[in-house]
Amino acid sequence: MAKKLESNLRNMILSLMIISVVMSAALGYVYLLTKGPIEAANKQKEVSAVTEVIPAFDNDPTTSSKIIDGLTFYEGTKDGKLVGTAVKTFTEKGFSGRFDMMVGFLPDGTINKTTVIEHKETPGLGSKMTNPKFKDQFNGKKPSEFKMKVKKDGGQVDAITAATISSRAYCDGIQKAYDLYMTNYVNNTPDSADTVEMKGVTQ
Amino acid sequence: MEFITVIILALFVNNVVLAQFLGICPFLGVSNKVSTALGMGTAVVFVMALANLVTYLVYFYILVPLGIEFMQTISFIFVIAFLVQVVEIILKKVAPPLYQALGIYLPLITTNCAVLGIALLAILKNYNMIMSVVYASAIAVGFTLAIVLMAGIREQLDINGVPKGMKGFPISLITAGLLSLAFMGFSGLVK
Amino acid sequence: MSNIKHLLNGIIKENPTLVLVLGTCPTLAVTTAAENGIGMGAATTFVLVFSNLFIALLKNLIPDKVRIAAFILVIATFVTIVDLVMKAFVPALYATLGIFIPLIVVNCIILGRAEAFAQKNKPIPAILDGIGMGLGFTLALTVMASVRELLGNGTIFNIPILPEGSTTILIFILPPGAFITYGYLIAIMNRFKAKYN
Repeated sequence: MAKKLESNLRNMILSLMIISVVMSAALGYVYLLTKGPIEAANKQKEVSAVTEVIPAFDNDPTTSSKIIDGLTFYEGTKDGKLVGTAVKTFTEKGFSGRFDMMVGFLPDGTINKTTVIEHKETPGLGSKMTNPKFKDQFNGKKPSEFKMKVKKDGGQVDAITAATISSRAYCDGIQKAYDLYMTNYVNNTPDSADTVEMKGVTQ
Repeated sequence: MEFITVIILALFVNNVVLAQFLGICPFLGVSNKVSTALGMGTAVVFVMALANLVTYLVYFYILVPLGIEFMQTISFIFVIAFLVQVVEIILKKVAPPLYQALGIYLPLITTNCAVLGIALLAILKNYNMIMSVVYASAIAVGFTLAIVLMAGIREQLDINGVPKGMKGFPISLITAGLLSLAFMGFSGLVK
Repeated sequence: MSNIKHLLNGIIKENPTLVLVLGTCPTLAVTTAAENGIGMGAATTFVLVFSNLFIALLKNLIPDKVRIAAFILVIATFVTIVDLVMKAFVPALYATLGIFIPLIVVNCIILGRAEAFAQKNKPIPAILDGIGMGLGFTLALTVMASVRELLGNGTIFNIPILPEGSTTILIFILPPGAFITYGYLIAIMNRFKAKYN
């Protein structure tokens, strides 16, 4: 066996320095290698969520997305006409903190579909919010007519059994997206029918 | 107001040991006696607040400007290891009695994953510098609370008969499970 | 022959999770679903094998007094590599395991094996020891996660085992269930050891 290096100052500094330099170089290399795929994976996640929540479109909504008050808006158009807007929203009221969702609105403010992008809720409890049984109850509802609260709190939403906190958080995320969508999209269009109903919701 | 919410959440609702599973090793390892548990807890409060302050500075004034955020794990663990050494040396010189009391726990803190974990979480949660330190201190006090409670129960357990197979880790873990169950009751405290 | 011994050592006799009781944090935190158990196990095994290999190769170049710092440097590098690779290719799993991936750095199993085994042995046994310990860890995590998933959710690897609509014991996928399941698994392991010694 070769002799072990002595623990004198020169050896210690030299050895640590060489290891640091080699390891940093290796890391930098891996970072460059994975940078592309990480961005692609993030983009893919957004695109598939957008596709899931709004009707079929033929543009690339990620190129024209805009950020308003921290939420990202993706507009889907078909033959140049707006078919729906997907709003990337979030809530911090989840059982395990924040989770990100995507809510799709039709041009008149009706919810088309909703989905969760990323969550850390308890498997088997809060995670059931990804089940169609829960999330499909919002489809085709207008938050102006549909009380976006769980039944326990006097609303119309069927909460997931034993996961009221996650259900409440889900409603919170949708409400946030809806409020911003209405103020920035629907209310800007003068002939919108929802302008009046809107006031009832955001009081 | 926001401070109070963060503190209550960190202390009770998201207790670092009983709900987030960080710092389990010292929680099981040094919870034999209330006095040692208190010593360990104090050392952790000290190191954690300091570690969050320094890692915050390192992250936002070194890593972000250089665009090498992916080096955060490496740099944080070094900052923590270095800090622990420095605290040890300073304590030895400045306050020998305190060093006598806490000295043996300090080296153990480097491998306490709560310190690194909370430093990473504070960055993830986008806390500002003051918030980050407050958060770390509250978490560390939560750690102390859990470990002292556990030590109190284990002192009692020692006098009682425990089935042979359950001695040691098993009974400690089950005790921790019941403690964790009790702490779940706090989850309604903050809406 | 002795090489096989190194491999098997970590799986049963010195199982890091159930016998040595190391690396408890990820064990308790990520075992809510069997899938997560395997994911965490695989990530840890990767780091364990490569850090053991590198430390066995570099052992003569590292002066004794700075060995811990050097070990942590090597381990942290591989952890960051795993972190980046998982973020790029399995983003969903990465999101669930979350902060526990960077925390592999402070998993005592890895530093423990570097100190107790890799720095005293040749590269081949060091790799085998890493694989054995990694498998032992993965196995324990998967068993524990399966128990919790079955009792708490009625499924294993997301496959329903209990009939639809049957009542499950929710507490097992919540934090208290982690401690209790782990406690009983170690107790069973203790009985097992007592019987065969």
